[in-house]
Amino acid sequence: MKQPRKEWHAWLLTDTPASRRQAALGLAYRRWRRFASNPLSVFGLATLMLLIVFAAIGPLLPLHDPLRQVLGDRLLPPGSPSHWFGTDQLGRDILARLVIGSRLTLSIAILVVVLVVPVGLLIGTTAGFCGGFVDTVLMRLTDIALAFPKIVLALAFAAALGPGVINAVIAISITAWPPYARLARAETLRLVQADFIHVARLQGASSMRILLRYIVPLCSSSVIVRATLDMAGIILTVAGLGFLGLGAQPPSPEWGFMVASGRGVLLDAWWVATIPGIAILLVSLAFNLLGDGLRDVFDPRQGG
Amino acid sequence: MAAQLSAFQRLQRVLTRHAGVRRTWLFVRWLLMLAVTFTGLLGVTFFIGRKIPIDPLLAMLGERASVQAYAAARVALGLDKPLIVQFLIYVRDVLHGDLGMSLLTSNPVIDDIKRVFPATLELATLSTFIGIVIGVPLGVAAAVRHNRWIDHVARFIGLAGSSLPVFWLALMGLLLFYAKLHWVSGPGRIDPLYDGLVDTRTGSLLLDSVLAGEWDVFRNALSHIVLPAAILAFYSIAYLSRMTRSFMLEQLSQEYIVTARAMGLSERRVIWRHAFGNIAVPLLTVIALAYSYLLEGSVLTEIVFAWPGIGSYLTGALLNADMNAVLGSTLVIGATFITLNLLTDALYRVFDPRAR
Repeated sequence: MKQPRKEWHAWLLTDTPASRRQAALGLAYRRWRRFASNPLSVFGLATLMLLIVFAAIGPLLPLHDPLRQVLGDRLLPPGSPSHWFGTDQLGRDILARLVIGSRLTLSIAILVVVLVVPVGLLIGTTAGFCGGFVDTVLMRLTDIALAFPKIVLALAFAAALGPGVINAVIAISITAWPPYARLARAETLRLVQADFIHVARLQGASSMRILLRYIVPLCSSSVIVRATLDMAGIILTVAGLGFLGLGAQPPSPEWGFMVASGRGVLLDAWWVATIPGIAILLVSLAFNLLGDGLRDVFDPRQGG
Repeated sequence: MAAQLSAFQRLQRVLTRHAGVRRTWLFVRWLLMLAVTFTGLLGVTFFIGRKIPIDPLLAMLGERASVQAYAAARVALGLDKPLIVQFLIYVRDVLHGDLGMSLLTSNPVIDDIKRVFPATLELATLSTFIGIVIGVPLGVAAAVRHNRWIDHVARFIGLAGSSLPVFWLALMGLLLFYAKLHWVSGPGRIDPLYDGLVDTRTGSLLLDSVLAGEWDVFRNALSHIVLPAAILAFYSIAYLSRMTRSFMLEQLSQEYIVTARAMGLSERRVIWRHAFGNIAVPLLTVIALAYSYLLEGSVLTEIVFAWPGIGSYLTGALLNADMNAVLGSTLVIGATFITLNLLTDALYRVFDPRAR
């Protein structure tokens, strides 16, 4: 049925949209077409969707219990009849642990982003909007925080606060916000000269309203791109903390910790350490590809 | 609104009209920034040190200590003074090089760090060197042959460098090149047989053994450093090639390149003498940044290779709740990281007049 599709196509891509909804949908469609023209970006998106699906329905799937130790089935290689990815040294099924571990990885990464992006946005837009002394102080603060070593400080925080998921989130968040503040400030400085801001002021809009209703939404596209690309690094940092035993605690199947626990049996049972690492790699890669694709869509000037 | 200058900024501009005064003022501002950032780092480590859930006094005295003993110990350690005074004492101690005693080794932390830091520096230096030698030409080639196969190779490496977990890659490297292929030596910096045979003069085992003429030691040290250096170099290559490519692409799209070519200059000259010459300084700052990332990332790699550097010292202290050592190492790594970062900032501003 090519006719209806062609009609939709024409309707979405028309130069003269009849309503705001049509214009918005058309823009979204154009962006999607651009995004989908890059197979790598689509791969990244597909992988992430798959990850989200597995994380969401993981406990409902007919998998082994990830925490159940069957000492008679220790260190079975991948490809074994009932353990597709093999078992670890305590007889736990690795596939099940991977799937349940994906919930941990995703939730930590999302928590960090949810904490960090609003704080960075707030600081950056305030600095850019107010200018002068406020701007200087906030930007110096951001520069100072930016100059700190991330992993080392996250380690030190996790050491002081104790191991655990919440502490890992806090530790990573404390050093992850500066890039967003910088980005938001740059965007704000660019936008604040615009005519429509002046018009809004003349119409009597308060500064808060201008900030929240106009500037923040316009910063959002570059912030989203940056956040997606950062997620890749955050996943690696979370896995690194888990590798050192500072993330989710055993018996929680956190991927980094799984790699660490596979170290002891690396020579005999390579899969215990290798397979979780491949999972980390795939997720990080997916975020990178997705972020690159989004950047091409929203800001084609960069990259090249 | 933001476009207008504050009174302070206007005053600054008026007073620093003279170029020499301006330069001095910018340097003073940079120093101030450095001092404030260091103070921030000290504040963070001080705060972390106070935030630990275990009461250090109880840990020292045991839980059955009497009230008097507890109070006496409190005064002796200065824990009864107001927080700001404690912080100032802490800063004074750090500036004098006193980072406390390590619970694990019973040595002063600063001595431990002096012992282990050179190993990390050796690894970071070698990896960055390999990264420059391979990564920079790769980036240039990728930019010059934009969208050809070498560009795709460079982009692939860049992608891999931001997606591969370093501790996992290190494990895989050990598994493949040490356990299965036996091409390199295993964990550690040198075999116990050769340990201590060479005097420590430069801190680098490779250099020291060459200087002493001990070629067996050199070969052994080399076989130990090859794998960790290669793996860290991979990340350097990924980062440096991506930055070089990005810089070069920006240069090559400018008009002066067209002019140079039209004037008959050879392509080689255009690329290396002119385009690359213009990115040399930003590239230097990027290299310094790459070095600082390697220093910071050492905490994850050294533990895998049992490399006796500050990274494994820190992680070892972490696992044993040796807070003095943890905070001391954090301070040292943090201070190096901050210095390199701010130095690159300053270098950038010195050499690029547009950024002033």
